[in-house]
Amino acid sequence: MAFDLSWMAWTWHTAVFFIVIACLIAAMGVWEYVSPGGGPRHGVLGLNTTRGDRLFISLLGSAYIHLAWLALASGPLWWATVLCLGYAVLVFRFV
Amino acid sequence: MNKTWNNRAWFMVLPVLLIVALNAVIPLMTVVNYSVQETFGNNLFFFEGTKWFEEVLASERFHAALGRQIIFTMTILAIQIPLGVIIALAMPKSGVWASVCLVLMALPLLIPWNVVGAMWNIFALPDIGLLGYGLNWLGFSYNFTQEAGDAWFTIILMDVWHWTSLVVLLAYAGLQSIDNAYYQAARIDGASTWSVFRHIQLPKMKNVLIIAVLLRFMDSFMIYTEPFVLTGGGPGNSTTLLSIDLVKAALGEFNLGIAAAMSIIYFLMTLLVCWVFYTYTMKGDEA
Repeated sequence: MAFDLSWMAWTWHTAVFFIVIACLIAAMGVWEYVSPGGGPRHGVLGLNTTRGDRLFISLLGSAYIHLAWLALASGPLWWATVLCLGYAVLVFRFV
Repeated sequence: MNKTWNNRAWFMVLPVLLIVALNAVIPLMTVVNYSVQETFGNNLFFFEGTKWFEEVLASERFHAALGRQIIFTMTILAIQIPLGVIIALAMPKSGVWASVCLVLMALPLLIPWNVVGAMWNIFALPDIGLLGYGLNWLGFSYNFTQEAGDAWFTIILMDVWHWTSLVVLLAYAGLQSIDNAYYQAARIDGASTWSVFRHIQLPKMKNVLIIAVLLRFMDSFMIYTEPFVLTGGGPGNSTTLLSIDLVKAALGEFNLGIAAAMSIIYFLMTLLVCWVFYTYTMKGDEA
């Protein structure tokens, strides 16, 4: 039986987006395997976070940064993505 | 003590993962796909990039619906949470009347949402409804089908009637879990009713009230059926809340791209608020 996914209207852009997220989650799994315990920490937000929390905060914040860029800025969206990478580094370092 | 780690237990989670994938992740992926494309039907799609997001973020219509949604949610939270706590405090602690009150409180929660909308529609009609006719008879000029203020009054009253019970039941459960020793100590110290509420009952109810706020926020932020059946989003667009606007865009106008972009923004807002509430609750438990 052919598995028809045309109703999901895939594009390569959205496929890459989800593949990157899947790879990030897989990488977190590998990280946890190599260094178990989740790296708990009391960060600058006053919260106890693990690596998973930090990934979630990074992804959610990145979504908002991209939306804010689309609403307020006029440059290419890639710049927002670069900004998000910097934001994610800060989150993983300090939150 | 040495614990034996057995990660095979994670396989027990697989059925849940499968269900979540089928009913949440795959539809969400499809919405993301739609949000970057245009379609005219026949399963034909044309890539548009971030155009729909830019349109939605700049759209006055979206801003207006979001503004109405925030006003609605804040209003019902400001009414239902204090009212629910007051009713829970006034309810008997035990005996037959406690059971009677609990059953009465649970009744509105058992009524399907579309039935609530239909009931209130008839109840509030100015010519035949008890509420509408009664208000006009008392001298108030009330017509929810023509006046935006009246329509707002009616949907807020309907939501308060339908959902305050949930807050009552949660607050009541929180009150019931307070050990009697606290009240005895308060009596010995000669504490006033207000002091007992402020320093014993309210702190002990904190966690259930956070859950109540979270549940009421999510439900009211996603509300669709009741106001749609009651007012259809009108008069004009005055009660067109986010979900109603979304359905109008997706099904009424067949603007799937715009509706998908709206859905994602809507989803991100709900996700952020839920995360903040969840984190706050967890932080409270850790302290």
